[in-house]
Amino acid sequence: MTQARVLTLVFASVVALWLLALNFGAVGAVALRAEGLTGLRASDWAAVRFTLLQALLSALLSVALAIPVARALARRRFIGRGLLITLMGAPFILPTLVAVLGLLAVFGRSGLVNDVLGLVGLGPVNIYGLHGVVLAHVFYNLPLAVRIILQGWAAIPSERMRLAVSLGFSPTDRLRHLEAPMLREVAPGAFLLVFLICLTSFAVALALGGGPRATTVELAIYQAFRFDFDMGRAAALALVQFGLCLGAGVLALRVALPSGLGGGLDRPLPRMDYRARAIWGDGVLIALAALFLLVPLALIVLRGAPHLVSLPAPVWQATMRSLWVALGATVLTLSFALVLAHAILALPRFGAAALEWLGLAALAASPLVIGTGLFLILRPIADPRDMALAVTMLVNAGLALPFALRLILPALRDVAATQGRLATSIGLHGAARFRLVTLPRLRRPMGFAAGLTAALSMGDLGVILLFADAERATLPMQLYRLMQAYRQDDAAGAALLLLLASLALFWAFDKWGRSDATA
Amino acid sequence: MLRLEDMKITQGGFHLRADFEVSQGARVAVIGPSGAGKSTLLGAIAGFVPHAGRITWRGDPLAKDPGARPVSILFQDNNLFPHLSAAENVALGLKPSLRLSAPERARVHDALARVGLDGMGNRRPAELSGGQQSRVALARTLIRARPLLLLDEPFAALGPALKAEMLALVAEIVAETGATLLMVSHDVADARAICDETSLVAGGVAHAPQPTGALLDDPPPELRAYLG
Amino acid sequence: MKSPLFAAAILGLATSAQAQTLTVIAPDYFGSEWGPGPAIKEGFEARCGTCTLNFRTGDVMSRLQLEGARLDGDVVIGLNTDTTLRARETGLFVPHGQPLAALTLPIDWADDTFLPFNWGYNAWVYDKTRVKNPPTSFADLITREDISLIWQDPRSSSAGLALLLWVDQLYGEDAADVWAALSERTVTVTAGWSEAYGLFTEGEADMVLSYATSPAYHIVAEEDDSKAAAIFSEGHYLTAEVAGVLSGTENPGLAADFMAYILSPEFQQMIAYGNWSYPSALPREDWPEVMRDLPYPDTALFYSETQAEERRVPALDLWLEGMTR
Repeated sequence: MTQARVLTLVFASVVALWLLALNFGAVGAVALRAEGLTGLRASDWAAVRFTLLQALLSALLSVALAIPVARALARRRFIGRGLLITLMGAPFILPTLVAVLGLLAVFGRSGLVNDVLGLVGLGPVNIYGLHGVVLAHVFYNLPLAVRIILQGWAAIPSERMRLAVSLGFSPTDRLRHLEAPMLREVAPGAFLLVFLICLTSFAVALALGGGPRATTVELAIYQAFRFDFDMGRAAALALVQFGLCLGAGVLALRVALPSGLGGGLDRPLPRMDYRARAIWGDGVLIALAALFLLVPLALIVLRGAPHLVSLPAPVWQATMRSLWVALGATVLTLSFALVLAHAILALPRFGAAALEWLGLAALAASPLVIGTGLFLILRPIADPRDMALAVTMLVNAGLALPFALRLILPALRDVAATQGRLATSIGLHGAARFRLVTLPRLRRPMGFAAGLTAALSMGDLGVILLFADAERATLPMQLYRLMQAYRQDDAAGAALLLLLASLALFWAFDKWGRSDATA
Repeated sequence: MLRLEDMKITQGGFHLRADFEVSQGARVAVIGPSGAGKSTLLGAIAGFVPHAGRITWRGDPLAKDPGARPVSILFQDNNLFPHLSAAENVALGLKPSLRLSAPERARVHDALARVGLDGMGNRRPAELSGGQQSRVALARTLIRARPLLLLDEPFAALGPALKAEMLALVAEIVAETGATLLMVSHDVADARAICDETSLVAGGVAHAPQPTGALLDDPPPELRAYLG
Repeated sequence: MKSPLFAAAILGLATSAQAQTLTVIAPDYFGSEWGPGPAIKEGFEARCGTCTLNFRTGDVMSRLQLEGARLDGDVVIGLNTDTTLRARETGLFVPHGQPLAALTLPIDWADDTFLPFNWGYNAWVYDKTRVKNPPTSFADLITREDISLIWQDPRSSSAGLALLLWVDQLYGEDAADVWAALSERTVTVTAGWSEAYGLFTEGEADMVLSYATSPAYHIVAEEDDSKAAAIFSEGHYLTAEVAGVLSGTENPGLAADFMAYILSPEFQQMIAYGNWSYPSALPREDWPEVMRDLPYPDTALFYSETQAEERRVPALDLWLEGMTR
């Protein structure tokens, strides 16, 4: 065993321990404190049913819409395409509080859509209820699904595209021989990811659900904590949620098939499609998706811009704090993901699978239970306030890890498969191999993962509320406090600031990843 | 007749000019130093490389869509879809939808038999040897029956004996279909073996094809430099 | 033990408290720079001379539940009468030692553990420019099909919980029908007060569940008198916010000083503006003018903490039944 391999496995064990503590230790601590689990009520099972229904609809719709949009984006080249793709990714990294405000400005009773409908004597359309929850989830997750599927398109080896063009494939032929196998591989993963995100949805369901009919499991957990003070039920519900996620994960893995499209040499090739109608259709699709995703953002910008400069000092201090948390979480997440990915490739099959599942497990965890559990674990050791930012960093790193791992692991597998033997044959090991062979090929997914982590971490409100006080508030917490204090103008300004900061972080990291296009 | 009229390719610092004709049914070797633009020249004819000037076939400019050109091209690698069987890869040359009638299926079968792969139609490329993979690709060009066949060193990875076999097969196919052949090669022996004409690509210019024997026996300075 | 402390506090002679730090555990909105916290800190520190008052903010009830005896502080402020039983049962509090005669709440108050510092009536707030004939009773509201509503989820919001108990007190076992009727006109039910109120001011609904004192905020802070609370003939549900002294305090003298400060006219005047609610120990004629002039409910409806605790779960079941009908 090489020294590098030993080190990898040691680091991976540390990361695995942290993930175990995060995902299971927290539930355990809550259950322990409650002296056992409490049975569920009828209304909890209603919450389970609603959770599954809305997550299923949200994921189906997000992926179904993402496929044509990603296809249109994949085969078109136009000025500002990169910027548009970055901007269209914005909703996903938006704090829920802000996203909901933007959506209401468009679809709310006094929003744009109803204003227009009112002009022609229709409406009003009601956004609240199951359809509102699904709409918000699609708004939120469509960008993610588009990005994943767009990557799938980009991953079709250019050699195959070239061959297809030279053989005169029609769009239908291309769909059948190239795109369908790719989608079969990529779409279930995208579906699963969106499904899991929606499964643990809390704020969206709370803001747009319209009442107790739209109670999700996470909301029931919140109720168990806050209304019933019943930690046993909260822990039981967290386990149910975990079981749902696990079930969904197993199903999705069964559906996903390797496309068998194989690897290529990444030869650059302009994508071509020679039908005017297709160009038109793509243009319309891209425009519609951009409108759906960008108009709410634009309204947030318009509402907040006049109040940005006059924001009170604590908001700016919180921004700096949030930037540090985001950067720290990003470094941690990337380190975790790289260590885990290397360990997964180094381990025999069973260990590798266990580690991969552990890396993805945080998707299924309840942020409320994690926060409470960590609080209970850490409280006897030290003052939670002193650890607020560090804990936030670590928890964010754990929660962003599933995304980072999903991005980095396949790329690393690819490097190992295509260049592993070459590197080994010339005796390239350890740090040098990572720097010369692995890093250049991982740059793109790493940049994307870093951008995602930084932005998500910037906007996360999760555990900080339980740990921090005003002196240690992050920007989303400060935004929440402004809304609580009914400082609507300042809140609008802070929402814009949060949007800008999240987007800037995402853009900077993603650009770093894409700056070396030939790698 | 294939005509390249005042064709210019510019890619960053790379330039290539060509202004010549290839008569119908000719078999032309394209030789020249690495990086001179042999593959680029074939890419332009196949429709993958943007260029100035015109390329015409029998007097008509070529279509913009590579698939609509009267061209079959075999690349250096990746000429087959790894997830499709040999027969399916061949059938793509007939109908990319793969919805074949019985006579069409018979043609695919015949084409495979013609290249010596009888009974191997169900195998995936990964289950075939390098030579067999080349045969599948050739079977596809056979069935596509386009009047222009461009070979961008598809056999470079094969051993000498296997390569000779393939070239012989190419010669047979070209003879049967009457196709015009442009074939990139690093090996002048290949050129002598099956190409009656040779075009030298060097110094930013693709020269008009010359009779192979005469050219190789009395090489101009650029070719001499390349041959060493 | 109690009386010397008590006397010292009244006379402001707690010299032993000097140069000490008082840690007050408070909800986030309370301690924030936009809440009443800064003024309270300033006022109290000026009174005691060299002491320091620090707020430790967060969700107070969760802190009590999760931290128990480890809770590091002297005083807790900002608990709500609907949940004080839970807080009391933690056994973390000692008597506040303050005289209750000065209290001016419309209900009797005899609690020697929790001291109310302000209170309010739940009320439906509307925009006068859009709702021309507001409902005059709860019964009226239920039948008014022209009015859309936004309110808070009783499972997550204290205002929502107050509404739950309000309806429970008025309608008892018939509450499910009331919820079913309301749900037809409900635009949405939000997690907290700020979301609901924000949606209301953005024009998402005609009426929002808030407090009878909410219009005062618009009048003072925004010079906008278009918002009003609908006063109902059946009466309005009352909740008070209270403070209590933690048994683990290392500064009992300073803590007692603070409890006395809560009842002082200075604090009471300030809390009306600082928290937009009625002062707990100030006769109505001494209230700030804007609050005195607001329409004022005649009848106070109130559940004691034990009643609130008893009715909470059955009332919620009726709510769930009615809302999902």
